[in-house]
Amino acid sequence: MRDGEALLASGIQRPAGRRDERLRTFFPLILLPLWVGLFLSLAPASNYFVDHLLALPKGNHFTEALRFFLYEVPKVLLLLTLIVFGVGIIRSFFSPERTRKILEGKSLFLGNVLASLLGIVTPFCSCSAVPLFVGFVETGIPLGVTFSFLIAAPMINEVAVILLFGLFGWKTALLYVSTGLVIAMAAGWTIGRLKLERYVESWVYEVKGESPQGIEEKIPFKERINAGYLAVRDIVSKVWLFVVIGIAVGAGIHGYVPENYLASLMGKSVWYSVPLAVLIGVPLYSNAAGIIPVVQALLSKGASLGTSLAFMMAVIGLSLPEMIILRKVLRLPLIIAFAGIVAGGIILVGYLFNLVY
Amino acid sequence: MEIKVLGSGCPNCQKLEKMTINALAELDVAANVDKVTDFKEITKYVMSTPGLVIDGKVVSQGRVPSQEEIKRLIKTAQNT
Repeated sequence: MRDGEALLASGIQRPAGRRDERLRTFFPLILLPLWVGLFLSLAPASNYFVDHLLALPKGNHFTEALRFFLYEVPKVLLLLTLIVFGVGIIRSFFSPERTRKILEGKSLFLGNVLASLLGIVTPFCSCSAVPLFVGFVETGIPLGVTFSFLIAAPMINEVAVILLFGLFGWKTALLYVSTGLVIAMAAGWTIGRLKLERYVESWVYEVKGESPQGIEEKIPFKERINAGYLAVRDIVSKVWLFVVIGIAVGAGIHGYVPENYLASLMGKSVWYSVPLAVLIGVPLYSNAAGIIPVVQALLSKGASLGTSLAFMMAVIGLSLPEMIILRKVLRLPLIIAFAGIVAGGIILVGYLFNLVY
Repeated sequence: MEIKVLGSGCPNCQKLEKMTINALAELDVAANVDKVTDFKEITKYVMSTPGLVIDGKVVSQGRVPSQEEIKRLIKTAQNT
């Protein structure tokens, strides 16, 4: 890991010759077939390793847990690398400044829809939540529209979507994204209708007039590819350990917890399971990479889809650290309203899916 | 030269500050490097951190530029 990072870093800092640069730009095209080959050989390779090299007895708890772990870890890491690279390039086309420009002057409903969608593609880190909030509000973007953005951005992120896709399949991934979008739109719209502007710290409005200068950057193609590399380096190096631990715990649950063990606790017949999952999920701050493999294992042991979905959304979308940071611009009643409305939306979604499935 | 590094103290902001100081040393340019952590001050300049401001002008925001790019930004600011 270290070596790889050092290598990458030196690659960036070297006064790159033109050939070098071109190689960096087209290198991903060479890697792609390799990636596909590796991906396709994962299942046979992990089976061969477990059944022939280790010659473990089939069907036993430990064997199956190990098989699951050896297959899922490289699979998720491969998916992660590919998608994060792609998303890194896509994100280079969006900046908070551009998003703000699009949202300026939009009506409440349309603004909420656009803000939620842009929340997915605009680069966002929770440490930027405050300057972003101020930047939005001071150009007259309504509070409710700003919140739609702030809800969608962390909840629907590429890491969560990849893990859901890799471990649950595309249907659940799509379900998560679409319900997440609906929650962001509806919660933002509700906050807008409640007219809570008076609970925004007054200094936010005083910044007005000295609008952030921003810079319109023209980014050359090779820099966009480079953005992909940087995203992979940043995100994968931060997340890989969580993936390994999460899948290890998941594998343990798969192998050792009896079927239907959780049905009485997290099943759909238990009416309080959804709000309880959300209540536990909010203070529990983990990133998607750590929590999703565990939830997948819970699901296979009798937890219901609605309850699991609600739990994941609460953990990923509502985080205590972000709320603490937002306290710098929002007064407590507004933070409580924000958390309450989003949690309410998540609970609703949980019940809905328990009802339908 | 007056340089401001804008950021609330996240790892990326600290990295940018360190890299800016290194770049100045490599170029042998004298400058005041000011770390700005107050949101009221930060939001006057940028919407996404970390941000780099040279002589009152935003030259980079929302990302950590490479060491080479920082050097280039400093040189450009010097010539204007």
